[in-house]
Amino acid sequence: MRIRITFSKQGPLRYTGHLDLHKLWERAARRAELPLAYSQGFHPQPKMSLAAALPLGFSSTCEVLDMRLERDVALDGLPDRLNETLPPGIRVTHIEQADERAPALQTQVVEAEYQVELREQVPPSELKRRIESALAAESILRERRGKKYDLRPLIHSIEAADDTIVMLLAAREGATGRPEEVLDVLGIAFEETKIERTRLVFNAPQV
Amino acid sequence: MLTQTQIENKLDRILLKVQKPGRYVGGELNSTVKDWDAVQTKVALVFPDVYDIGVSNVGLKILYDQVNQRDDALAERAYAPWLDMEALMREHGIPLYALESKRPLACFDLVGLTLPYETLYTNALNVLDLAGIPVRSADRDETHPIIIAGGHSTMNPEPMHAFIDAFVIGEGEEVIHDIINVIQRVKCQTSQVTSDLRPSTFDRDELLRLLAHIPGVYVPHFYEANYLEDGTLSHIEPTIADIPKIVTKRVVAKLPPPPTKFIVPNIDIVHNRVSVEIMRGCTRGCRFCHAGMITRPVRERPVDEVVEALEAAVKSSGFEEIALLSLSSSDYTNVLELVTKVGEKFGGTHLKVSLPSLRIESVSIDLMEKLRDKRSGGFTLAPEAATERMRRIINKYIPDEDIINTTREIYSRGWTTIKLYFMIGHPSETLEDVQAIADLCKRVIAEGRKVAGMRVKLNAGVSTFVPKSQTPFQWVSCDTPEQIRAKQALLRRELGRDRSIKLSLTDAEDSFLESWLSRGDRKMAEVVYTAWKNGSKFDAWNEGKKYDAWMEAFAEHGLDPLFYTHRQRRTDEVFPWEHITAAVRKNFLFQDFRQSLEGQIRVDCRLDCFACGILPTFAQIRRENPGDVWKCPDVKSPGKKAIPQGDNVNGAVTSDQLAVNSLPVVGG
Repeated sequence: MRIRITFSKQGPLRYTGHLDLHKLWERAARRAELPLAYSQGFHPQPKMSLAAALPLGFSSTCEVLDMRLERDVALDGLPDRLNETLPPGIRVTHIEQADERAPALQTQVVEAEYQVELREQVPPSELKRRIESALAAESILRERRGKKYDLRPLIHSIEAADDTIVMLLAAREGATGRPEEVLDVLGIAFEETKIERTRLVFNAPQV
Repeated sequence: MLTQTQIENKLDRILLKVQKPGRYVGGELNSTVKDWDAVQTKVALVFPDVYDIGVSNVGLKILYDQVNQRDDALAERAYAPWLDMEALMREHGIPLYALESKRPLACFDLVGLTLPYETLYTNALNVLDLAGIPVRSADRDETHPIIIAGGHSTMNPEPMHAFIDAFVIGEGEEVIHDIINVIQRVKCQTSQVTSDLRPSTFDRDELLRLLAHIPGVYVPHFYEANYLEDGTLSHIEPTIADIPKIVTKRVVAKLPPPPTKFIVPNIDIVHNRVSVEIMRGCTRGCRFCHAGMITRPVRERPVDEVVEALEAAVKSSGFEEIALLSLSSSDYTNVLELVTKVGEKFGGTHLKVSLPSLRIESVSIDLMEKLRDKRSGGFTLAPEAATERMRRIINKYIPDEDIINTTREIYSRGWTTIKLYFMIGHPSETLEDVQAIADLCKRVIAEGRKVAGMRVKLNAGVSTFVPKSQTPFQWVSCDTPEQIRAKQALLRRELGRDRSIKLSLTDAEDSFLESWLSRGDRKMAEVVYTAWKNGSKFDAWNEGKKYDAWMEAFAEHGLDPLFYTHRQRRTDEVFPWEHITAAVRKNFLFQDFRQSLEGQIRVDCRLDCFACGILPTFAQIRRENPGDVWKCPDVKSPGKKAIPQGDNVNGAVTSDQLAVNSLPVVGG
């Protein structure tokens, strides 16, 4: 059975990375007595995958994980059962059955939405001007880890209200927009913000 | 003092700049967060090394559990921040805080430090300093927490006497409650508001006096060390009446139920596992072994209790590994039954089970086979020495043939890697004895190849012997740095080229550092202080340790490191730890040392009691807990009625003294 778990990641868990999060879910499954399936071989690995790595320090309300189980389980009450045994920063919000033959979860993500809270105010008109200018650009050439790329096509939208910026960025394999890069373009110091992922958009049709 | 919210806000701004920020945020499953204002006594338990190492420490886990079981107390945790984090904390004015509530350590009533090894000493000072607490005990007053330390290295507490208010000698499970009770009594008497963060303060001197009366608690402030002209001690004496001349370690009569609520870190750490102590103490009597001498008597935990605890702990933690802890698993009476039950219970569940410290015999292989679905990982054995002469000296007698036969069998049953642990620097060891280590390793590989082909591998871990207090080798001289380097060079030359053998050696400087601290006196405290002031910390880590800073510190205080390391002690020498005892008597240790010089071995003391001193010291406790609970003989003689405390020069402990509510009242 393949199940799809939607969960939030908050507070101290913002500082738990992608690999450690895998481990966390493996242990959670053991605690909740979920029959997690393992790969064959000398070093059996649990069969699960996270939709998209969340950068360290970001919180999220919309993380998605696929888990393969050795046998069918009832989904009724499962979110509560898992939540009882999860650390306070992780909360399951939804669990559903997923199509066994559906492609790997991480290949299905297309966009991600981030909500950025500014700790230091930028005058609204100034912020608006900077956003408009970024969106008006043909291309925004950036360099990250020694690789040159164009950020502009990865930005699908940016909106601002009071001290919050909401941005929708591409999140395809090999074409992922990073919110901190966008913030840099907007002249906002990443350290002075709190970033939360609020939505993952998957390829339609999604099972 | 910063509030929790202020600390949390500051943290948010710096955490992404450090390696592994998950070390500094808490929020782990099974950590206990209590309502701060609802409990009377707040305890911060500190492992003064990095989180990754500290979080799995079983000793602190037990204490955390003990304190948090009380309704009137809470325990939180703190670890030493890594160098990058420390720099940022100092830059941003963030004091060391406890992970659960993010409150500064200075807000707690009691800060308990564990000092299992000597290379944590500079870190202990650093932790206090980073918490904004004066490092020296004499500089602290009623507004500061009481600083208490325990752990194996405090069997010689003297190098840390200037910094720690009270040491717990021996096992902490019961004494932690005595200490909390005393703190509560003193605080009730002098309850007043001094600051918004810490609602009450206490009479520090009164508290220290009361602590000094708890059996097993040593308050260095009330003892004076007097020296002879040659720099050794003449005597150590209490400076106030009614406290013991010799502080005897505490033991629990029976091992209390093990903790089963393991803190589950949200980041990768060194030991991600459920660990349950199956047995405490060891009857083997290896003369180099500090743990084996200071953790007597042997007390075993019943098989069913172990299995139940494992089940509960795996259920509540979800950990992927189980460790059955003891100093010598093979000596656990029902080891086969235990291993069979654990194998049945957890077989096929993707759990790894580790059973360390197995004897070198084929039965050990049977045990390991029951625990493992696959022969992955290595098989670890510890011969410690490679010549018959050396093995007799250290009292760990395993003939070469046993080692060869066992390792051959291990390879033939499918394990490809064997780890062998040795030590160099044993008393009177020569280069021939070291050569024998290399020869034995080569023979193990050659024999292994005969049964399992070229894929066999051997990891040879060779550490350097450090003489410890309270052991038969407390009199011996360490090898000089030159001798150690020569022995290590020999091993590298002999084993460095063989691709099947991986040799790992302990850094020679690390061992020297450990050596002068392990048998150091009160004068060493100034060296520790100066070395720390000059920037040495994380002395067990190459990134932190500054060997030159230590050397400069010795020079500054006119002390010679070789006085502490490369010096044969006089037979009648008064040791810096003479006023502390692990209840194994000095004359027993000396006898054992003499036997070592004569190459005489002593058998397992389960077979023959050698009267080490444990039984007379804890006769009453043993009398009340007869039979299999201890692996010592029963005490048959009727108990003496109430020994008056003043006459208690031998440090005998009666059960009355151990009762939690019967503490003597001084000055109040």
